[in-house]
Amino acid sequence: MTTMSLTQAADDALAQAMAEDPRVVVFGEDVPLLRRDLLVRFGSRRVFGAPISESAFLGAGVAAAMAGLRPVVELYMVDFIGVAADALLNHAAKVATFSGGSWQAPLVVRAPCGGWYGDGGQHGQSLWGWLAHIPGLTVIVPSTPADAGGLFLAALKHDGPAIFLESKLLSESWLEFLGSGGRTTVRYDIPEAGARGPVPARWEPLPLGRAELRRRGRDVTIVSVGVGVHRALEAAAVLERDGISAGVLDLRTVAPLDRAGLLEAAAATGRVLAVDEDYEAFGLTGEIAAVLAEEGLAVRYGRVAVRSTIPYARRLEDEALPNVGRICAGARALLP
Amino acid sequence: MSSDIWALYALMLKSRLFEEAVAKLWHDGLISGEMHLGTGEEAIIAGVVSHLRDGDAMALDHRGTAPLLMRGVDPAAILQELLGRPDGLGRGMGGHMHLFAPDHLAASSGIVGATGPAAAGFGLAAERLRPGSIAVAFFGEGAMNQGMMMEALNLAAVWRLPVLFVCKDDGWSITTRSDRMTGGRLAERSRGLGVPVIEADGLDPCAVFEAAAAAVRRARSGGGPTLLHGRCVHLEGHFLGDQLLRIVRRPLREIPGIVPPMAKAFLKARGAPFGERLKGLHAVASAVVAALRDPRRDPGYDPVARTRKALGSDPARLKALEDGIAADVDATIAAVLGKAEP
Repeated sequence: MTTMSLTQAADDALAQAMAEDPRVVVFGEDVPLLRRDLLVRFGSRRVFGAPISESAFLGAGVAAAMAGLRPVVELYMVDFIGVAADALLNHAAKVATFSGGSWQAPLVVRAPCGGWYGDGGQHGQSLWGWLAHIPGLTVIVPSTPADAGGLFLAALKHDGPAIFLESKLLSESWLEFLGSGGRTTVRYDIPEAGARGPVPARWEPLPLGRAELRRRGRDVTIVSVGVGVHRALEAAAVLERDGISAGVLDLRTVAPLDRAGLLEAAAATGRVLAVDEDYEAFGLTGEIAAVLAEEGLAVRYGRVAVRSTIPYARRLEDEALPNVGRICAGARALLP
Repeated sequence: MSSDIWALYALMLKSRLFEEAVAKLWHDGLISGEMHLGTGEEAIIAGVVSHLRDGDAMALDHRGTAPLLMRGVDPAAILQELLGRPDGLGRGMGGHMHLFAPDHLAASSGIVGATGPAAAGFGLAAERLRPGSIAVAFFGEGAMNQGMMMEALNLAAVWRLPVLFVCKDDGWSITTRSDRMTGGRLAERSRGLGVPVIEADGLDPCAVFEAAAAAVRRARSGGGPTLLHGRCVHLEGHFLGDQLLRIVRRPLREIPGIVPPMAKAFLKARGAPFGERLKGLHAVASAVVAALRDPRRDPGYDPVARTRKALGSDPARLKALEDGIAADVDATIAAVLGKAEP
């Protein structure tokens, strides 16, 4: 079976979609260099660069999608979505509602996200909770290459706006571009199964809003997305040595949130630890608690997420993010 | 006020030597993440910063180290911050893109174009609270395409704010040639928004100093904003490890990872017609060729070397000055590195 890196898989699924659908175009800052393999196959009318004008080209992407294209709009980092938030918040997310369901904006926003490589608090955020807060946006956070390809294709087939977030720690090319810059003197704690893995010969879209149980457990269910899934799996292995059986549920999409999958996994253990590389307050971890409460599921609940602006210093950054030690401590606190 | 080339050179050299040491630390893996240096833009920074005094503010972009050093911020505190130490300028919380020096009213941002609105706000506070003080915004020509920068120019014009917008134009928007992404001319754009423009040779600190003098005078006396535009080169590209420069500098190491997947994609069935594909290939190749021909590779565009040449008539004085600065910078680096992390 072929193996690919996470970004390769997303690019490969994108190439498959571009070969089948001439409406798919890709644009953003430095795209001719970053997506050079797509450029030399599909030409510069379908793969092209944009000025450093996020509010203009993301806003243009929304309307281009409304008028028949299937744009993939690339941002250098999800942090920079702040510059262009209006295009998503007030436009992409609202077209379907304002038009009474008669008009859609099927664009995909693709952006690297997350930290673990010491780039500071304006270049290492996750922000999926912030985006998922807005009704109308689909927010995808893959944790494996196979999911990256399948969910990217699903995003392209989806009729509304979708945001595809690629954890830089899992992306060989982004980590090289923004982290090491060709250095061999820096080390990162990269989860192998997330960075490279088997992929199908032909991509099929994965369902949006369907969680995947990555590990079965009896005592506690750890719920996460992206890098957090791998940190949770590592924590589960540590806990197992102490006789604690932890399951790991990978939500795969933050919006839509797989409520049924979450409830099933939570009910299996009666204890839920929500792990999130995004901010703690008013975000994914709180949403998970709300779903459990709304469904009247009596579980013990805890969370491990980011409580402050992400520090620049690597050691401080590791402490601020949901590291394996914090996850283990969080899980133990739920047990009698 | 006429320029003092010796003083300007001293500022530039201090910054250059410090940033060369930073580059080494980055390559050694002691500094994480990206690293954007100001090497190549020292003439512009020195020519502008030399006009600033207490009460003036600076809105800094992702290349904040040089202006802070030249403004007199403690180099050891900056270095400790880049190393992510608790005794750094921001206690290791910010890093090189987020250097903050409240005593000097200097704040940095890693968001392209954000210095425009920041300088407008600093200018507003100066005008209300400290009449005669000004604010400076440093940014690149790529930022001139950012909506908030154009809005800030207009805002500064209509509110008649004491702001000096300083556009350090190196011709590259990260890895894209800026002229391919910029409609019209930047000077006309600025004038169209009501902000007059002064052009200066960005490789000549005296030319920048003199050009800035008129704009600073105007701003201090309530005459409103000016945009100072100067061309320069970034000797290390957009950031250390810049992918285009790496391809050009170490082709044997970089090309094997780049060409095979591209060739495979080029030949893959189902895609654009052959002519379109060739155009795509040409676009990639021309970016590399542009980097090959780029002035970044020509030491003649190094403002520090050029300024030094102008001082060659007094070699004894030059040597004394350079030895003194090198000793200071070396002492700072040694002291910081020699100190165990608390």
